[in-house]
Amino acid sequence: MKLDSKIPSGPIEKKWDNHRFEMKLVNPANKRKYRVIVVGSGLAGASAAATLSELGYEVDCFCFQDSPRRAHSIAAQGGINAAKNYQNDGDSIHRLFYDTVKGGDFRSREANVYRLAQVSVNIIDQCVAQGVPFAREYGGTLANRSFGGAQVSRTFYARGQTGQQLLLGAYSALEKQIGAGAVRMFARHEMLELVLIDGHARGIVTRDLQTGAIEAWAADAVVLATGGYSNAFFLSTNATGCNVTATWRAFKKGAAFANPCYTQIHPTCIPVHGEHQSKLTLMSESLRNDGRIWVPKKAGDSRAPGQIPHDERDYYLERKYPSFGNLSPRDISSRAAKQVCDEGRGVGPGGQGVYLDFADAIQRLGEDVVRDRYGNLFQMYEQITGENPYRLPMRIYPAPHYTMGGLWVDYNLMSTIPGLHVVGEANFSDHGANRLGASALMQGLADGYFVLPYTIGDYFANAKQPKVTTDHPEFKRTIEEVGGRVKRLLSIKGKRTVNSYHRELGRLLWEKCGMARNAQGLKEALVRIPEIRAEFWENVSVTGEGGDLNQALERAGRVADFLEFGELMVRDALEREESCGGHFREEYQTADGEALRNDDKFAHVAAWEYQGPDKAPIRHKESLEFENVHLATRSYK
Amino acid sequence: MSAGTMKLKLRVWRQKNGNTPGKMIDYLAEDVSPDMSFLEMLDVVNEKLEAKGDEPIAFDHDCREGICGTCSLVIDGQAHGPIPGVTTCQLHMRSFRDGQEVTIEPFRAAAFPVVKDLVVNRGAFDKVVAAGGFVSVRTGGTPDGNAIPISKEEADLSMDAAACIGCGACVAACPNASAMLFVGAQISKYKHLPQGQVERTSRANGMIAEMDAQGFGNCTNHRECEAVCPKEIPIRVIAELNREFIRAKSKGKRVAGKSDGA
Repeated sequence: MKLDSKIPSGPIEKKWDNHRFEMKLVNPANKRKYRVIVVGSGLAGASAAATLSELGYEVDCFCFQDSPRRAHSIAAQGGINAAKNYQNDGDSIHRLFYDTVKGGDFRSREANVYRLAQVSVNIIDQCVAQGVPFAREYGGTLANRSFGGAQVSRTFYARGQTGQQLLLGAYSALEKQIGAGAVRMFARHEMLELVLIDGHARGIVTRDLQTGAIEAWAADAVVLATGGYSNAFFLSTNATGCNVTATWRAFKKGAAFANPCYTQIHPTCIPVHGEHQSKLTLMSESLRNDGRIWVPKKAGDSRAPGQIPHDERDYYLERKYPSFGNLSPRDISSRAAKQVCDEGRGVGPGGQGVYLDFADAIQRLGEDVVRDRYGNLFQMYEQITGENPYRLPMRIYPAPHYTMGGLWVDYNLMSTIPGLHVVGEANFSDHGANRLGASALMQGLADGYFVLPYTIGDYFANAKQPKVTTDHPEFKRTIEEVGGRVKRLLSIKGKRTVNSYHRELGRLLWEKCGMARNAQGLKEALVRIPEIRAEFWENVSVTGEGGDLNQALERAGRVADFLEFGELMVRDALEREESCGGHFREEYQTADGEALRNDDKFAHVAAWEYQGPDKAPIRHKESLEFENVHLATRSYK
Repeated sequence: MSAGTMKLKLRVWRQKNGNTPGKMIDYLAEDVSPDMSFLEMLDVVNEKLEAKGDEPIAFDHDCREGICGTCSLVIDGQAHGPIPGVTTCQLHMRSFRDGQEVTIEPFRAAAFPVVKDLVVNRGAFDKVVAAGGFVSVRTGGTPDGNAIPISKEEADLSMDAAACIGCGACVAACPNASAMLFVGAQISKYKHLPQGQVERTSRANGMIAEMDAQGFGNCTNHRECEAVCPKEIPIRVIAELNREFIRAKSKGKRVAGKSDGA
C-alpha cells in the first residue's frame, strides 16, 4: 500500500488556491451524469450532499436515523472556530492554523490544517446566509467567546446549541435539494457493506431498518460521513447509535485506517452514576470560561464543598498551568483530573469527579449573567444529577468523546480506495493526536461545503470509469454476503445480551486503552478481545426476525464490528511508544509527569492495512513534515 | 445522588408493525435506581427480555442528552412524561415512586404511523421542511457574516424558535394532531432574520400547504403543544405562523423550492 498524501507544492498559504486551480473541472452539463452516494447526514454528510447536489451531481444520501436532522453533530454545544479576527485580539488564519497544529501535538498534516483555517472564514458566512441564528452583540454584529485551548475569542456560538443550529442549517440546505428532487434521501437505512468494482468504490449495500430489506446502490463515487467510533468504549458522549461499521467495512475492503488509538477524552462530562448507565453527558467546555476547577487538598476529604475553606482547596489547573488555567486544552485538563482522582482527592460517589465551581463567577457577575450565559446547561445538569449547580459546584469527570483516528485520506479527502471519499470525523485528517474545542464542527463543514465539492470533481475528471448498475455480479454477491451475516447473527440464539458484550469490551478498552495505557495492559487486551469476540459469535442472544424493525439486530451488527475494531485500536496504541495528545503511555513521561513525545520515531501517521480475517494488519507510515510550525514541546504553563 | 431502588409496573404498547393491531402488555421493572433515566429503565427491562430470548420493546432514541429529538413516548398520557421542559431521555426515575404503575404509548397521530411498538414515523416533518423551511442560498459566494447586522433582540427571538428539536411531542399532545407549533417554530426562526425575508411568502404558502397534505390538523388553541414541548417553544410562534399565512394569502401563491435546484 502506498500512502500518497498529494499535498500540493508551494508555500502553505498558496497550496489550496494553487490546487483548486490545477484540479480538473467537470463541465456543468456533465455533472448530472455522475451519481454520488453520501453515507451519513451530520455536518459533514448533509453539507456535502447539499453542496454536491447544488453543483449538479446526482446525490443519494443515507442515514440510519429516522431523519437527517438527528445526526449526532446536533449534540455539539460550545461553538465553531473561525479566524475572523472580529475581536481585534490578534487572531488570523495563521494563528488558527498554528494553534490547531500545536493543539494536535504535531501529529496532523500541516497542509490540511492550513486549509481548514482558511475556509473557516467562509463557513461562518455560509451559515449566517442560511439563517443560522448565531449569538449577536447589541450592535448587531456576531458575538464571539474564547474556548478551551485558545487565547483569542474566535468561537462563534448559538447559545449552548451550536451543533444543533449548524446542523439545521446544513439540513435545511439538504431538504431544499430533496424538495427540488435533486437529492434522494434514505432515512432509516444502514450501510452494511462497501462495493468495489475494478478496485474503485462503486456502491454500497444497506439494510432498510424498517422493512429489513437488503439492497444495493450503485454510484460513481462513495462518500463516507459516518462520524466517530467512541462508542467502542460503550460509555461515551456519543449518541447510542454512533458506530464504526461503515468505516470498518471500508477498512476490510482495503481502505487504510489511520491512528485508531487517537480518541479524545473530554474533560467536562457528568460523572458515571451507576451500573445501568447508557451514556455520558458532556457539559459544554464553554463552562470553563467562568467555572473554576478544584478538588480538596487532602485525600479522602469527604466534607461538603461549601464546608471546605478556600485555602484547603487545590485549584490544580490554575496552579499547574498558570497561563491557560481552567482553559487548558482537553488532553491536559483530562489527565490532570485523572491524576487528582488517582491520588484519592476525587469528589462525589466513587471519587471519580472534580468540582467545576461557579461560586466566584456568580459573586462577580451575578446569577442573572451566569444564567444568561449557561442557563440551559445548568438546567440539564440539574435534570441529570438532581443537584442545583447555582448552589453546589458541578461535578465533572473526563469521558471518551471525539475520535481523531479514522480512515486515512489524502489532501483530496480520498481514502486508499479510489472513489471512496471520507469526510468529517470519519476521516483522520485535521486534528492530530488531540482536538481543540470548537474545531470538530469546523472540520465537518469545511470538508462538506468547501473541500470535497472541489476535489471530487477532480476524481471524476481523471478516473474515467465505466458505468455500472446493481445488476453487476459484485452487487449481487455482496447482498448475499450481508444477508448471510444477518442470518448468522439471528441464528446464534445464545444466552448473553448484545449490550453485555458491548459493556465488557468497553470497560476493557477504557481500562487498558483509555487516558493512560501501558504495554502490559495493552498486551492483555490483545489476548482478551479475541476471546470476547469468539464468545459473542457463540453465545449472543439476538432476538426477533430480519424482516422488520429489529433494534437488537442493529446493535448486534455494530457491536460485532466494535469487537474487531477494538483490537486494531489496542494494536495501534501498543505500537505508539510515546505519550502524545491525550494518549498517555505510562512508560513515556517526563520527571514531573508530563507527556513525553518522541518526534524522532513517531512524527508520522500510522495507517493500518487489512490482511485478512486471521492475519495481523500491516502498519504503514506517512511521515509528517513541519515546515511552518516548528516541532516544539507544548507548554501551557 | 439518591439511594434505594424501586419497582414499577409498566403497561406498554406492543405492536409488531403498521399492519398488525397492537395492545397493552404488562411488564415489571425491578431494581430501578432513581438516578436512571427513563430510557435506561427501559434498557434494563429489555435486557431481561433479550436474555430470555424475548423481543425487546422497540423505542426510538439516540443522543440521550435531550437534543436530537429522536426519543418520543407518551408516558401516563403525557408526551415526554410528567416533567415540563424535558425530553424522555432526560426524564429521570426520581420523578416516579416505588410501586407506581406507568403507562407507555407511542406518539399517536395519523401523520405519524406506528412502525413498531413505540416507534413512529415522523418523516412528515421532513417533508414540511422540504416545502420551504430554508433560505435558498447556494454554497459559497456569501457576504461576510457581519455585513448584515441583526439586533440581539431579533437574533434571540429567532433562536427561541430555532431551539425546536422536531421531536413531534406537540403533534402527539394536540387533540387535533396539529403540527402548528413545529411549523410555527420553523417559520418564526426565519421571520426574525433578514436572510429569511425574501422567501417569506413562498415559505408560508409551501409549508402550510404541505402540513395540510401530510394530514396534520389545525390549531384550536388548546395549548397542549406548548405545555409538553421539551424545548419550551412559546405559543407565539403559532400566532406568527397565522400572521405569515394571512400575509402570504394576500400576496399570491408562489411555492418555495419548486423553481430552484440544479
